[in-house]
Amino acid sequence: MSEVPVSEMAMHGAHPPGFKHQFEDMDQQREAGSLGMWVFLVTEIMFFGGLFATYIIYRTLYLTAFEEGSRLLNVKFGAANTAVLIGSSLTMALAIHAAQAGKKKSEQVMYLVLTMILGAIFLFLKFNYEWRADYHEHLIPGFGFIIRPEWGAAGTHVPLFFCFYFFMTGLHATHMIIGFGILGTLTVMADRGRFNSEYYAPLEVSGLYWHFVDIVWIFLFPLLYLIGGRFAISGVN
Amino acid sequence: MSGHVVPVKTYLGIFVALLALTALTTVVAFVDFDTLHTGIHLIDVIPLNTVVALAIAVAKMLLVILFFMHVKYSSGLTKVVVMSGFLFLAILVSLTLADELTRHWSPEPGAWNTVVPTILPLLRGLF
Repeated sequence: MSEVPVSEMAMHGAHPPGFKHQFEDMDQQREAGSLGMWVFLVTEIMFFGGLFATYIIYRTLYLTAFEEGSRLLNVKFGAANTAVLIGSSLTMALAIHAAQAGKKKSEQVMYLVLTMILGAIFLFLKFNYEWRADYHEHLIPGFGFIIRPEWGAAGTHVPLFFCFYFFMTGLHATHMIIGFGILGTLTVMADRGRFNSEYYAPLEVSGLYWHFVDIVWIFLFPLLYLIGGRFAISGVN
Repeated sequence: MSGHVVPVKTYLGIFVALLALTALTTVVAFVDFDTLHTGIHLIDVIPLNTVVALAIAVAKMLLVILFFMHVKYSSGLTKVVVMSGFLFLAILVSLTLADELTRHWSPEPGAWNTVVPTILPLLRGLF
């Protein structure tokens, strides 16, 4: 026999699906969900923050080596990928908007799939063009890294820059791959008609995660690609 | 009610602004601000390219947080939690740099290698 009292079973018909009984109303439930996700994202800020802080310190210690390394990155792909990721943030926001505005589930699914496609384009450009080229140019520490004579005395510390580059972009890519799992689950949920204008918490909270990953890249792009004294060798890359 | 619904127009506007800022930060990276020589000492010693790149990144971040992540329309509690994240990040970076960048301000105690050999026999005598 069920433990749920009859009176509570009767209450289920009186509120929107997805409403949890410990909350006063849907607004409070939404607010609590977003707040909880933000608390998690604060830990993520500190997680990436440790890497950013270490990067800043080693960059001040070995500035010449870090600028040499930065110039070897491909700005075109970095900028293109920034635009792609911003686009995926837009489609994610539009997927949430579609649910909020009570649009058809096909529209939610379309925007979620678009978000995944843009994310896939980002990773494809990153892995297939940037990382592959780095491998062929012997720029991956631990995989046949070759210190070039033109780097001079700074050369011994250029691998340090590439350690940061691969670890930071790799950790970012890992977050995106986790994001694909989340987006895939959301797409199935949206297709089953689970989201409506009253209940869309999974979309909202996952959106916060996806936008956070976008913000990490917004900082990685200038820190890794741009502030390496590009003007010193204008016309290259 | 279904929370604050941000109009699609706003999202598209933020998207265009973010793309424009991305283009701006990329173009500006190839301009050497350090050769501007304003004559103002403070400006001439600051790595302006880094400052400009990071300022644009912060502007982009604020657009994403406030509009895409709906913080502008969230409760004060959520806003405080968001700001606390960046406060602790600022503490992490600034206090670590305060140590690292000021280490050479005081002279290194270079005498230990001459002091220790003279003290060691005395210490051995004690035990």
